[in-house]
Amino acid sequence: MNGKTFESSMRSRYFKQRLFFGAVRLSALLITLALLGILAYILANGFRAITWEFLTQPPTDSMTKGGIMPAIVGTFYLTVGAILVALPLGVVSAIFLTEYAKQGALSRIIRVGVNCLAGVPSVVFGLFGLGFFVVFLKFGSCILAGALTLGILILPTIIGAAEEAIKAVPQTFREASLALGVSKWDTIFRIVLPSALPGILTGAILGVGRAAGETAPIMFTAAAFFTAVLPKSIFDEVMALPYHIYVLATAGTHIEETRPLQYGTVLVLIALVLGIDLIAIIMRSMIRRNKRW
Amino acid sequence: MVTVEKDFIIRTKGVDFFYGAFRALSDITMNFEKNRVTALIGPSGCGKSTLLRLLNRMNDLIDGTRVEGEILFEDRNIYAPDVDPVEIRQRIGMVFQKPNPFPKSIYNNITYAPKLAGIRDSGEIEALVEESLKQVVLWDEVKDILTKSAMTLSGGQQQRLCIARALAMKPDVILMDEPTSALDPISTAKIEELIDTLKKHYTIIIVTHNMQQAARISEYTGFFYLGKLIEFNATEKIFTNPDVKHTEDYITGRFG
Amino acid sequence: MKNRKHSLTKRVKEIAIRNLFGFFAFLSVLLLGLILVFLFREGIPLFKQISVADFLFGTAWYPTYEPPEYGIWPLIVGSLAVTFFACLIAVPLGILSAVYIAEIAPAGIKEILKSIIELLAGLPSVVLGFFGMVIVGPWLQETFDLPTGLNIVNAAVMLAIMAIPTISSISEDALYAVPREFKEASYALGATRYETIIRVIIPAALSGISTAVILGMARAIGETMVVLMVAGGAAAIPESIFDAVRPMTASIAAEMGEAPFRSGHYHALFATGIVLFMITLAFNLIADYISNRFRETGSGTL
Repeated sequence: MNGKTFESSMRSRYFKQRLFFGAVRLSALLITLALLGILAYILANGFRAITWEFLTQPPTDSMTKGGIMPAIVGTFYLTVGAILVALPLGVVSAIFLTEYAKQGALSRIIRVGVNCLAGVPSVVFGLFGLGFFVVFLKFGSCILAGALTLGILILPTIIGAAEEAIKAVPQTFREASLALGVSKWDTIFRIVLPSALPGILTGAILGVGRAAGETAPIMFTAAAFFTAVLPKSIFDEVMALPYHIYVLATAGTHIEETRPLQYGTVLVLIALVLGIDLIAIIMRSMIRRNKRW
Repeated sequence: MVTVEKDFIIRTKGVDFFYGAFRALSDITMNFEKNRVTALIGPSGCGKSTLLRLLNRMNDLIDGTRVEGEILFEDRNIYAPDVDPVEIRQRIGMVFQKPNPFPKSIYNNITYAPKLAGIRDSGEIEALVEESLKQVVLWDEVKDILTKSAMTLSGGQQQRLCIARALAMKPDVILMDEPTSALDPISTAKIEELIDTLKKHYTIIIVTHNMQQAARISEYTGFFYLGKLIEFNATEKIFTNPDVKHTEDYITGRFG
Repeated sequence: MKNRKHSLTKRVKEIAIRNLFGFFAFLSVLLLGLILVFLFREGIPLFKQISVADFLFGTAWYPTYEPPEYGIWPLIVGSLAVTFFACLIAVPLGILSAVYIAEIAPAGIKEILKSIIELLAGLPSVVLGFFGMVIVGPWLQETFDLPTGLNIVNAAVMLAIMAIPTISSISEDALYAVPREFKEASYALGATRYETIIRVIIPAALSGISTAVILGMARAIGETMVVLMVAGGAAAIPESIFDAVRPMTASIAAEMGEAPFRSGHYHALFATGIVLFMITLAFNLIADYISNRFRETGSGTL
């Protein structure tokens, strides 16, 4: 190959590379802009609605004025309930998959099951919650039914995170404990789990964020259009932030009038969910940095 | 030939070991004498560590492995179906190649296993901590920082802590898997000194890749090659006048 | 032998724990079965009224008319249409951003972009639906002079935002998993970074990337709130990308509240749920199969 054709061929090869890298950078930029654009827009329109009263008062005047306190409380209950269901179940499943049945048909079936459960559409979880908890078990539409439905929805997330955290515990810890004549269960409970705890908690927090933002699963299982009073038991219906947004934005005669309330509620939900996610992301990077083993 | 009746604490009889289809050990028959130091040497991959981990059933943790033959600990086959490996490991302690303290305080590293084994009395526990740490000559260095994380200790200190942790279970045998290979020469010397004092009360079986170390600290030495026990003899004999030519070649560095 | 006895109860405890944990782990599989059972329990009665073929391929969805019509073909087409156009946007953006993160971005930007994508995944779907309604909808309506801005295009854009994080993060894992030796071999032969990425890295990661795309599609087809709020809600087979549609998920979410308990309409919505469940289950099993086969044979077959 003589010098000149080599040079021109290189030039065209580098031209293609520049084009490709440009497209790649552009896609990253677009994604970033999408997130920032949505956040900025909601923030700019929503922050005026955020007052002390908005956060602490119930809605008034057929939900055209007042605050969103019952929805905040309802989302809190549903989310806490969901994590109470999913965390123990998820951690136990992860322990089984990582410590007891690493390979074999059973763990393979369970893994496929967990993956498929993760892929079930959220509205189908809603249908299941309706058919099973609300109708079959006769809970009615209530916190309990909604929390159980959300709990099952986030179970695969929790299992995945817990599994990863448990796998990250060095094998040498397990060996050291077993070599001292400590039983497998004690080794798991006293050495493996404490070491995996930060990672498990990070996963739990991400699960909380997911549960707090879901609408479809609670539409038929827990969420009320409007409640004047706060729930007194787990068999009461509740308002919830995501459902409240949906209701205000689509099903009223005052849709334009209540825009500020809608923006405000969206802002509260975003702050809540992304705040939770951000805590998890920061926690995870701290765990990675402080890892002493 | 041996004429005096000796007290053997562990005996292996025709032990074969497989990882899947791969035969890692074949027909190992060895007697380990009580309160003596036995060294296992040989090039890497020769099966010496595998044999060591068979003696307290640590190889149970690896999937797809199989043991044939018998390993008798005080005349009881530890691979018999009614034997609980947990009980075996309480009486046969182990120290690993890389110091592996738990991410707990120094104090809790020592008390972890005794507490789980059922020792509740706090006076007894405290005495145990002091005694174990004194045995490994670590007490004076750490007595004021017992609540600090074991991870803050130096590598040599960590390894002595791991030995103390094993001693706290009052085992009869201590297995050591290249315990000094990750340490500096000064820490290594300390551990070797320690082994010398420990053998009054414990049977020690040590895997080492360092032949000088085997010569310095052990009474008996077994030489392994490709999963076979080539020669098992008094250390002095192995290093001065081995029975097998192969052993001599290895000792003198003619292959490695 | 007190010690022996003690250790025997301990071993019984160990076995009990193992089985108990196994049962709870298996609960995920049981739940999956339970979901199916209850979808069928509430959905099957519909087929006493109409045939499965009329249900799936009937072109009229008038569940509240007298007599009612329960043909979900327009809903299926609606779901497929928004999913297809969403993937048209999300697949290139998701894969390219994964390439950027895995191969090109400097360390600092990489971490930030990964966080951004994770936050994007965390955005509640109702928020995206709301954004599509109040911003994208009016903008589309004005710009293209349409009767409504709530249509396939709008839904596709918002769904794409939901699918991008799935596609991007799974593709990224697949790209990372490509052995360094492949790259080095390519560079050592004088290939540019672009050529190495296109001809070596992406082909080697192809099965992982396919998994990512399938799971992204499953995510889009199962997404509810976005399409409920921005797809326009017309249960008719669309003729242009600016037509309104009513995907299956939207139909279930919108109508379940009003359907009388155990009426034909109620059963029809559960039956729609069965269809949805089967489609996403198939997607997930295919994804699982691809990623698993890849793990077993390794990249040597590529």
